[in-house]
Amino acid sequence: MTKSILLVGVGGQGTILAGKIITSGLLSAGYDVKMSEIHGMSQRGGSVSTHVRYGERVQSPVIELGGADLLVAFELMEAVRWLEYKKPDGLLIVNNYKIKPMPVLIGSAVYSNDLLNALRGYSDIFEIDGFNESAAHGGVITMNLLLLGAAVTKAGLGSIEWNKIIESEVKQNFWDVNKRAFERGCELAK
Amino acid sequence: MKQLLTGNEAIARGAFEAGVVLASAYPGTPSSEILANLAGYKEIYAEWAPNEKVSLEVVIGASMAGVRAIASLKHVGLNVAADPLFTFVYTGVNGGAVIIVADEPGQHSSQNEQDSRWYAQSAKVPMFEPANSQECLNMVKEAFALSEMFDTPVFVRMTTRVCHSKSIVECGERAEQAVKPYVKDASKYVMVPANARQRRAVVEKRMNDLKAHIEKSPLNFITKGGKTGVIASGVCRHYAREIFGDSVTYLDMGFTHPLPDNILKEFVGTVDGFYVIEENDPYLKTWVKAQGFADKLKDVLPKYGEMTPDVLRRCIGLDIPPTVEYDRSPVVPRPPALCAGCPHRGFFYELAKRKDLVVTGDIGCYTLGFAPPFNAMDSCVCMGGAFSIGHGFNRALAASGTDNKTRAVGVLGDSTFFHTGINSLIEVAYNGSNTVCIILDNRTTGMTGGQEHPGTGKDARGNKTPELDIAKIAEACGITPVITVNPNNLSEVNAALDKALAHDGPSVIITKWPCVLKKSDDKEKYPALDKFEVSEKCTACKLCLRCGCPAISADKNTVVINPVQCTGCGVCEQVCPLKAIKQRSENGD
Repeated sequence: MTKSILLVGVGGQGTILAGKIITSGLLSAGYDVKMSEIHGMSQRGGSVSTHVRYGERVQSPVIELGGADLLVAFELMEAVRWLEYKKPDGLLIVNNYKIKPMPVLIGSAVYSNDLLNALRGYSDIFEIDGFNESAAHGGVITMNLLLLGAAVTKAGLGSIEWNKIIESEVKQNFWDVNKRAFERGCELAK
Repeated sequence: MKQLLTGNEAIARGAFEAGVVLASAYPGTPSSEILANLAGYKEIYAEWAPNEKVSLEVVIGASMAGVRAIASLKHVGLNVAADPLFTFVYTGVNGGAVIIVADEPGQHSSQNEQDSRWYAQSAKVPMFEPANSQECLNMVKEAFALSEMFDTPVFVRMTTRVCHSKSIVECGERAEQAVKPYVKDASKYVMVPANARQRRAVVEKRMNDLKAHIEKSPLNFITKGGKTGVIASGVCRHYAREIFGDSVTYLDMGFTHPLPDNILKEFVGTVDGFYVIEENDPYLKTWVKAQGFADKLKDVLPKYGEMTPDVLRRCIGLDIPPTVEYDRSPVVPRPPALCAGCPHRGFFYELAKRKDLVVTGDIGCYTLGFAPPFNAMDSCVCMGGAFSIGHGFNRALAASGTDNKTRAVGVLGDSTFFHTGINSLIEVAYNGSNTVCIILDNRTTGMTGGQEHPGTGKDARGNKTPELDIAKIAEACGITPVITVNPNNLSEVNAALDKALAHDGPSVIITKWPCVLKKSDDKEKYPALDKFEVSEKCTACKLCLRCGCPAISADKNTVVINPVQCTGCGVCEQVCPLKAIKQRSENGD
């Protein structure tokens, strides 16, 4: 049975590194793995997504509408934007962190204060205070690893040797902070 | 060894294993990482060329010299390289030559959507179409063998999801290839009409031979299932299996030019009806119809846009997975925007204030200057076109005498300048145009991920190279004034625009500051800057929001600068009429 994890966020939030780590971990665990993401213009602060699929034999590298077992939103509004990709009985992990899109910044649209509340009504949801948690455990640049820790824990993938994978994907100077954030994410999700 | 590779990484690995000696490319999404990865193999000479035409010419030379060589480009890059391509097909190769062309269904980061399979047909180039990373690796190796067997350049056609999806790949070893001695042969390499006419016949014969060869190719194969059939190529082969499983009969097309007729007949004979699933134009569909099988074709799929399992399910009428029912109305679009600290921001802020300007733009991050809050771009067509399109606009107004107020200014980036913008600048200089030519020099190829180019002083492998000086090039064209400014300094930008617009003749403005995503090594010229914050003097007039900076946000009564995002460019400080934005007390935060 193929499982699908969709990581969504805003260009620059580190979804690509998170996707790299999770797929390497899945490969090491013996799964067939496919991953897809979009590079180029959308990464300049646009809405971005990393599709991860794993199982015995994976066909499509992209996740369908209503296809994600786990939706991990690195940013609050992105959770709402991508919610239609989640299976109705799948889990949403949402970072309550807000990054205002340009139309909001220049005052032509409003960032609703009710998004988190609405999400609670729509879906099985696990909330993370990513900014403050990462600030306290590794620094805000490690917010992606914090969310990743929560994601792999909720996906039941906690037994993979993630520390080793982090060491192979991240520069040595940053091993420590990233591992701390990752472990904190795991702890929160347990 | 099993590895998880993107299609682009697998292409590079395959080229390495095939014994490639030379690689040349110009970056372009979604193909850019191919050359970047090739540059990581010490056995391969890999370089960034100023444009795709040049890169293909380099590959032609390398092939003549007897080594295996590869060019990689995006679909629109193939337009640029089309001139050498069509004649390269006539000369054929000595060492194997492969061209990787990456199409972009859905235009995630492209100005159009075109299908390179027509180039294969039109230029008469054999073409492979991989579906996943393992096939990328295998097919690039087979492409080199085919290139040498049939004395022809060969295409490998990718699409976005093949380039940027990862899947598991079994890698092999590098097989060094003996260099084939170059033998002088004017009848093969000198394409004057008398020789080219002879080669034209060679090309026709080659295509006939290739067709006979490909009729037996295992890359096109049938997998028997039900009475419904699916013909698919590229990543669509996986999409089809995702939605149909093994309930249908498949004709997998791994080789799409020339096309095999016998296997198609065999396939059609086993099914009651079939779908053709492909990305971009109806290329395979056209073939199937031409072979006389239109009556069995279920022609329900869209002719453009990205093909996904979602699209297939909906168009074919299969069951659709249930989704969460919810109110999407609070979702605000999140278009890409210039980064916090982007050196283009200060320039566009000033340009947007000018009246009576038509801004002819170009391809790069700076194209985002068209969007709110700047709205400071009127066109974006192709690489390097900004100055020549601006020149055409200005000349047309002058020649028709209809309007003496409007003035076109061309805006393009440094890498785009070296790509083909330099030709446009020569056009402006040669024809005495009053087009203001503006080069936004952020010291890198920004949009595609920060590749080196002739102006950065480094090559693809990180070696030092001569740093081509854009100002001196402009001066050598006889252009004056040529003004270089720091785009983060608004008064400098303003003064330069004043001076250039006052001049009735060619002029150049160069805004020079490094891309915020690519920290410059030159700390003296481009020092790190202190971040800014909003002081109590702020009255929330929100003029600073006109900078369009993602680090600045406002509620009703407060304006905040996000200390994580702020890079200290200082544009907002200069925009603030109350001097309420100041450098943070603690340095660097």
